[in-house]
Parts: sequence; structure tokens; C-alpha cells
Amino acid sequence: MIYREAGQFKTSYRADQAVFPILQDRVAMALILLLAYVAIPLLASDYLFLAILIPFLILSIAAIGLNILVGYCGQISLGTGGFMAVGAYAAYNLALRVPELNLLAVFVLAGGAAALVGVVFGIPSLRIKGFYLAVATLAAQFFLDWVFSRIGWFTNYTPSGSVTAPQIRIFGYVFHSPAEKYLLCLALATVAAVAAKNLVRGRLGRSWMAIRDMDIAAEIIGIRPLQAKLSAFAVSSFFCGVSGALWAFVFLESWEPLAFDINRSFSLLFMVIIGGLGSILGSFLGAAFITIVPVFLNQLPTVLGIPISTAMISHLEFMIFGALIVFFLIAEPHGLARLWAVGKQKLRLWPFPH
Amino acid sequence: MGFFIEVVLGGLLAGVLYSLVALGFVLIFKASGVFNFAQGAMVLFAALTLVRLMSADLPAAHYWGAAAVLGIAIGYVVTLAWASFRPGAPPGRARNWGVTGAFAAIGLGLAVAFGGRGWQAWVAIPAAAAIMGLMAIAIEKLVLRPLVNQEPIILFMATIGITFFIDGFGQTIWGSEIYTLDLGIPKNPLFILESLFEGGVLVNELDVFAAVIAGVLVAVLAVFFQKTRIGRALRAVADDHQAAQSVGIPLNQIWVIVWTVAGFVALVAGIVWGSKLGVQFSIALVALKALPVLILGGFTSVPGAIVGGLIIGMGEKLAEVYLGPTFGGGIENWFAYMLALVVLLFRPQGLFGERIIERI
Repeated sequence: MIYREAGQFKTSYRADQAVFPILQDRVAMALILLLAYVAIPLLASDYLFLAILIPFLILSIAAIGLNILVGYCGQISLGTGGFMAVGAYAAYNLALRVPELNLLAVFVLAGGAAALVGVVFGIPSLRIKGFYLAVATLAAQFFLDWVFSRIGWFTNYTPSGSVTAPQIRIFGYVFHSPAEKYLLCLALATVAAVAAKNLVRGRLGRSWMAIRDMDIAAEIIGIRPLQAKLSAFAVSSFFCGVSGALWAFVFLESWEPLAFDINRSFSLLFMVIIGGLGSILGSFLGAAFITIVPVFLNQLPTVLGIPISTAMISHLEFMIFGALIVFFLIAEPHGLARLWAVGKQKLRLWPFPH
Repeated sequence: MGFFIEVVLGGLLAGVLYSLVALGFVLIFKASGVFNFAQGAMVLFAALTLVRLMSADLPAAHYWGAAAVLGIAIGYVVTLAWASFRPGAPPGRARNWGVTGAFAAIGLGLAVAFGGRGWQAWVAIPAAAAIMGLMAIAIEKLVLRPLVNQEPIILFMATIGITFFIDGFGQTIWGSEIYTLDLGIPKNPLFILESLFEGGVLVNELDVFAAVIAGVLVAVLAVFFQKTRIGRALRAVADDHQAAQSVGIPLNQIWVIVWTVAGFVALVAGIVWGSKLGVQFSIALVALKALPVLILGGFTSVPGAIVGGLIIGMGEKLAEVYLGPTFGGGIENWFAYMLALVVLLFRPQGLFGERIIERI
């Protein structure tokens, strides 16, 4: 009844191609943005910012990046953690060695560095595909892990291998409180989402999807696999690099290479698959799910008052997490984004189903 | 020269261990097209089950449960054997369940009667195998069957979910410390070829033993695949799911069998790795070492898993010894992947994989 587009006429190509063609969607989006930019900073507690909202936003950026590669271009990658690490260490070194550089420029350049590395490790995708490629991208993960833990230059020769990010100062303004950091991440996540949405709607995105659906056929209709695949790797790694830099600077503040190990890659892949392959909204939903569930599982025994040892909690957490993933894959293999789409479709007819 | 040979031999023998894990991957991938990331977790789970059943400090219920599972497995095998020896007179469903249940009860009763603590290896190994079989059935029923006809990446993610589950489950019920597994496998260092080189070449008896086990395992699997009726069905399923189903091969049963066999292979790998390193969580990470072996040898080739393992093991050790000092050490972790990657650039289907033919 409330979600019905009857009477909304599109009178121009511009209106027809809008991201949100339906008025209700635009209103809902405006409300969500209003909530995120105004209400949450005023209301949320520091714990909520630090434990859930900031990691959720940063990981969403990485999930968008990975979704471009896996969901839109069909190239499975298990090296996301490595690309995030490239972003983090590039940002660290830029901020350390060129202190006069604006931090936003540092983040962008860090993304650029990750994009370059991503292209290098994307080259095998021209020859191999599917699981062979997935395993090959693990090479990137392990190699980059090794680079950052063994080559002292990247960590400025700190003996412990752990490095500390500088203060977050942009245009002379220091982002200090959790709410400020949250707003910074939110702004960057918004930019990332808008950029990604428009990329995948354009020529580049269409060439990625053609490659995903059938690469030989795409080649025959004139899409160059070299450019399509490598650009997907570059764009994806760019997002991951920016996200890695944020993860290190805003969330962790001081970190070691272990922060970007293979588990990070897997959890990002989970986000993308549970959220929905080939959907920007899905990246956010998946990131929210994977960020919230462990926090929730961790709290559950204390809330219920069951005395369990911490080791047991972590094992049970593993079990429940694994079972939940399998359950979600069985219940809806196309992810939360598909559930949302189905719900919307139902809502259009509600409450009169015909 | 002696040192070089020692490094090569050490690498080859370490490679055998990688092959053992890779073998489980290949079996499942061949028969169901599932890239089973959980193989490493299965190795850990099998080893944990075995080592904990052999120790005496668990609550009694664990032993009773294991005994019941072992009894069910024996009963099931007995009824199967009965059915195949008297093809004219099928024993009937009720009697099948009866026999199976009777064996389970006997197993449970024996375990209760003897207090059921600290089993001997010859009981614990079949029990662990039976539990792996039960796990295969559970995985097939709860995960694979609902996900039939889904895209490979969905199934792959599901196996990662299974990995998490098994890791958590195994450590929840069996404990998460480091356990030493002692099956009486000799572990002494051994000097061979002393007549050829000064000082001879140093190898570990355990590694030699592992190589022998791997050889036997591959031989058994080869016979199983080539000569038995089930093996033929497995090959048919590997070739083409739908065609196999249309000539009357029960797909679900085949999957259970394949996962069970992969579980047995995981048990063997767990025994060998557990004897070498002790049973601990890091065994599960061995699976990551088996992945480059897989892409090197090809996902679908049993000989590929063996040869790939040998190449990776040898290359890794040689690289660590001769290139490691230049690079600053620790290159074992990624060298295997790089080696495999270089091979893939020239042979995208791996060394032994089937040629990839693409049609539109």
C-alpha cells in the first residue's frame, strides 16, 4: 500500500536511469542517511561506535571491493587480506615518510598502491579460472604476509614488527572521539558505495558482468578480457586498500601483519556471499551480519548467565558461526540482498496480492 | 653432495605428508565437484578423536558414544556383507536395523562393562574411522543434499562453514590442548647410504614410515577405484553426475562413500601428522599447505596429488635452504604457492589435470 509506484511517471531518460527510480526508495534512502549522519552520532554510545559501527563501515568498503571482483567479475579471490595489508602499510609509510601529505590523499594513494599490487596478482586470472584462481590468489595472501613481517623497511624497522598509526588529522582537524571517527568512516563508505554503484552500472561494470557470465562469449562480442579482468582486480584492490588503511589507522591504531591474515580474507568472502553476490547493498548487509554475529555470540553466555570458560566460548562461537553460515547458504544461496529484493517485491502488492 | 641429497630426501618425505592431505581433496573434488576446504579440519578432527579415545581422562560418556558408533558401523557393514552374499534373499529393512542396533548395543555394553577408558589403538582406530563415516553421512544429509545444483562457489563456502563447525566441535568435545600420539611408530633418526657419502644421509624413520603408508594407501585406493563395483560407480559419478544417475547409480550414497573415504584418508593423514607434530590445532592449517599441491598436480588427478606433493615438498626445502638466506628466511610459507603459480601460467589445468575444453 505504501510501497507502490503507480502514478510515478518517468518522462526523461535521466529519470529512467536513476539509481533509485521509485520515490519511496529515495525517501527511505534519505531517512537512512539522516539516521546515519545525524541521529546515530547524537545517540550511540562509544562502545557501539568502537565495537560495531566503525568496523562495520570499514569492512563494508572492503566487502564492496571484493564484491566487485567476485560478484560482478566472477573472479574468486582469497587474497583480500593481503590487499588490505598493502593499503595499511602503504598508508603507514606515506604518513611516516611524507608527513606534510593530507591524510585523505594518503588513503587514496594507499588504495592506489593496493590497486597496483592487485593488478600484478590478477595477471594469472587471464590464464586460470575458478578454484585454480582462488588458490592462486592465496599466493598473494601468503606472499604479502611474509613481505610485511620480514622486510623491515615497511615497518620502519620496529623490533616487534608492530607499528602505530599517527593521529588522524585532516585539514588541521583532529578526529579524536569515536563519533568523529565514525563520521569519517561513514563519509568514506558513502563515497565508496556511490562510486561502486555507478561503476557497475556503467560500461566497465557491464564488461565485468559479461566476463562473469561467460568469458569466451564476452570476448567474442568485443570485450577485452585483459582490460576487464585487470580493471576489476585494480578497482577491487583499490577499495580493499582504502579499507585496509582505515582499518589500521582508525580501528586498530597499532597493528602487526597478523591483523591481515587469511582469516580476514575468509571473513570478507563470507560477507560477500552471505550479503549477496553482485549487490552493493548486499556488501553492507553481509558486513553487518559478520560484524555483529561474533559480538552477539560473545555476549550471549554472559547475558544468559551460563558459566562457560573463555576457551569453550570461542569453540562454541566457531561452531555456531559455521552452522549459521551453512544454514544461510541453504536458506538463501543468493544472500541477504535477495531476501530484501523478495521482500520488496511482496511489499509492492501488499496488502492486496493481485 | 651428501647434504644436497639429504635436503632433497627430506623434502620428498615432507612432500608425502602434503600428498596425504591433498589426496582427500582430490577424492571429493573428483566425485562431487566440491572443493572441500574442510579436509584440514577433518584431519584434525580424526586425529583428535583417535588420540583422545586412547587417553583415559575423558568423561565416560565419550567412550560409550564412540563405542556405540563403532557398533553401528560394524553392524551396518555386517548387514551389507550379508545382503551381498545372499543376493536372492534380501534381509529386509527391519532385520537390517535389528542387526545394526544389536551390534551398537553390544558395543555400548562392552564399553560400559569395561569402564571404557583409554582404548587400545586397534579399537580406537576403527572407532575413529566409524566416527568419520558418521560425519560423512551427516555432512551429506545436512549440507550437500540441500545444496545440490548450487554453484560451486556456494558449495565451497559451505565447506568453509563446515570447517569452522568441525574445528569448534572437535575442540569442544575432545579438548584443545596439545596431545602426543604414540602408536609405536619409530621416530629415530636414521643414516642411510653411508657407503656412498661420508657421514651418510640423515632421514627420520617416521618420514620413511609415512612414505610407506602413503604408498600403501594410494595402492589401495587405486585398486578400490579400478577394480570394485563401488569404484566404478565413483568414476562414473566423477565423469558425469546426471548420466551416472540416469543409469541408476545412487548419487547420494556415492557421495556418502566418497566423503567417508576422504574421512579415512584424513584419519591416516592425522595419524602421520599427529605422530610427527603432536595433535594440536595447527594440524588443521596443513590443509593450506596442500592447496598448492592441488593446483600443481591438478584437482582431478590422484597421481597428480602424489607427484605434486613430492615436487612441492622438495622445492620448498631446497628453496628454504639455498634461497632462504638471501631472502631472509621464512619463505616456506609462500614459496609453494609461487611455484604452483608459475606452473599454472604454463599449464592452467595443473600437471596432470584433465584438459579444460570450453564450449559456448
